[in-house]
Amino acid sequence: MSTDLLISIIITVVGASTPILIAALGELVAEKSGVLNLGVEGMMLTGAVIGFAVAFVTGNAWLAIAAAALAGVLVSMIFAFLTLSLSANQVATGLALTIFGTGFSALFGQGYTGRPIALFGPLFPAELATHPTWRVIFGYSALVYFSLVMVVAVWWFLKKTRAGLILRAVGENDVSAHSIGYSVIGVRYAAVAFGGAMAGIAGACFPLLLTPQWAERLTAGRGWIALALVVFAAWRPFRLLAGAYLFGLVMTLELYAKAAGGRFSILPSEFWAALPYLATILVLVLISLRGRQSNAPACLGKPFLPSN
Amino acid sequence: MQYRLEKRPEPSRLMLYLSPVAAVVLTAVVGAVIFSLIGYDGVGAVREIFLTPILNPLKWQDLGVKAAPLILIGVGLAIGYKANVWNIGAEGQYVIGGLAGTGVALATRDFSGPWILPLMVLAGILGGMAWASIPALLKTRLRVSEILTSLMLTYVAIQVLNYLVLGPWKDPMGFGFPQTVMFTSSQSLPRVIPGTIVHLGVPLAFLIALIAWLVMSRSLFGFQIRVVGAAPQAARYGGFSANRTIWLALLVSGGLAGLAGIFEAAGPFGRMVPQFPTNYGFTAIIVAFLGRLNPLGVIFAGLAMAVAVVGGDVAQTTIRLPNAAVGIFQAMMLFFLLASDILVRYRLRRVVPQTAGSAA
Repeated sequence: MSTDLLISIIITVVGASTPILIAALGELVAEKSGVLNLGVEGMMLTGAVIGFAVAFVTGNAWLAIAAAALAGVLVSMIFAFLTLSLSANQVATGLALTIFGTGFSALFGQGYTGRPIALFGPLFPAELATHPTWRVIFGYSALVYFSLVMVVAVWWFLKKTRAGLILRAVGENDVSAHSIGYSVIGVRYAAVAFGGAMAGIAGACFPLLLTPQWAERLTAGRGWIALALVVFAAWRPFRLLAGAYLFGLVMTLELYAKAAGGRFSILPSEFWAALPYLATILVLVLISLRGRQSNAPACLGKPFLPSN
Repeated sequence: MQYRLEKRPEPSRLMLYLSPVAAVVLTAVVGAVIFSLIGYDGVGAVREIFLTPILNPLKWQDLGVKAAPLILIGVGLAIGYKANVWNIGAEGQYVIGGLAGTGVALATRDFSGPWILPLMVLAGILGGMAWASIPALLKTRLRVSEILTSLMLTYVAIQVLNYLVLGPWKDPMGFGFPQTVMFTSSQSLPRVIPGTIVHLGVPLAFLIALIAWLVMSRSLFGFQIRVVGAAPQAARYGGFSANRTIWLALLVSGGLAGLAGIFEAAGPFGRMVPQFPTNYGFTAIIVAFLGRLNPLGVIFAGLAMAVAVVGGDVAQTTIRLPNAAVGIFQAMMLFFLLASDILVRYRLRRVVPQTAGSAA
């Protein structure tokens, strides 16, 4: 394998991994606070279409990312209000959020089909990335470095800060956290909002980082893979990083299998397209087979009502 | 003055039945406002989506045909959700059911007779069941979340469909179109009302929903499902196996989704095409909730959702409302329903502020 091919594979893997890593980090924090938000896919699509529209109109990728994050927060607040303030079923509300995001993005995005935007270029000056080897380190857009910084930041926040401790307490034992005087609902609102912002940014990665145009349902189930990754990673940020890159590799296989055509012809291209989803199932099975005690937050998915 | 939520001693039956109606009405009102705000004819959208399909008798046959798969899948999902089994991959089970039935159709092309259609239907049910048994197996044996596995399998099912219609099942005389040959007359569902598109699957869907209602409300099976969902601890003491319930819930919902799949393939489609997955499996999730997870309620919810689907098509041609708008209406309906749910279990109580002295 030539170095050039290897480098281009690495760069593709990084690109494919980044959105699922960002979305999964947001969901991890929400779940750590005890909230299971199945609306990741819907929030990603909302962020994707808003990010695209802002990039198209202003030509400014930073503005697009900020708008996508804000859009993600706004739609996540529908979920938060229903599940936290009205204690609605989290599974059903999350599904509704995904249906909403799918419909909203299709409606909002229909005027943008077939209109290209510019990709979000590398963060570092091109001189740093002239040599192929340096490209692997310095050749990415800011979103990639953001995702990596956020892995450390989320880990640090959950493990090393007082606020992170409170968030985990709320997720592990909401009644105790409430009786000590912490606002369970308030903490969960904040965690859901963070998840929304991250999902929004993850959505914006698709037009800004991968294919610079709008297409309906362009996230193609990546939000659901992010949800599975959180389970896979046993709610640990660094394992999430490993998991996201593993999936990025699987998705890259699909791209290269399609491009290579004949050489992979023992298996049809549909097999490669189904592979990320099959891999998700396989990974969930493997974690379970290993029999490790599940690390899930004890209050995950359960409504909290202080009046009882 | 302050209000506080107070748990009702028993869920309010009035609110239980009233909230879906309120959700539909609120969706229409808020939908009209939102769509006007973003520059569409909001009132027109609501009129075309919610009223035209009901007021125009020519659209009634469409309502029946669209409601049938939604009711079939919705009934199965409702039974599962009642037992806290979250099958959200009905779309995949629907696709595999359709494919299994199509497989039988392609194998029996040289034959004719009344035995072919029942065989296709049986294959459809078994196909849906088989696809749903994967999440059931993984859930019962390995505690893997059925939410994620059933959904992931939907994406896999669509790739299986693409592979078959683009490859081995492609009609060689089809001018390169990725589709199978047309089903013969012994392979197609007969029309029950001459001169309309209403096929045999439509009355059967209603009948099956009624049977499911009887089973759920009158039989031990129904009781088991309800107890396992409402009080898992009590169910364990009562000797109801949680694993058995998970299997039953997934096999029933998968089988009904597969049945809906073969009804669609042998009915409206008449062959297998890449456009076969039409989101019925996802829309039926809303139908199940809107129907209060009760098979009888699902019939009404299925019809209501069919109104929105048919109305969406009308609005697309008459006032150029994009099809995606229907998805927003559907999601709003579910949001409002979930929001009003709290009034089933809780009531609003006015709190009289207490003086500081008496609190101490």
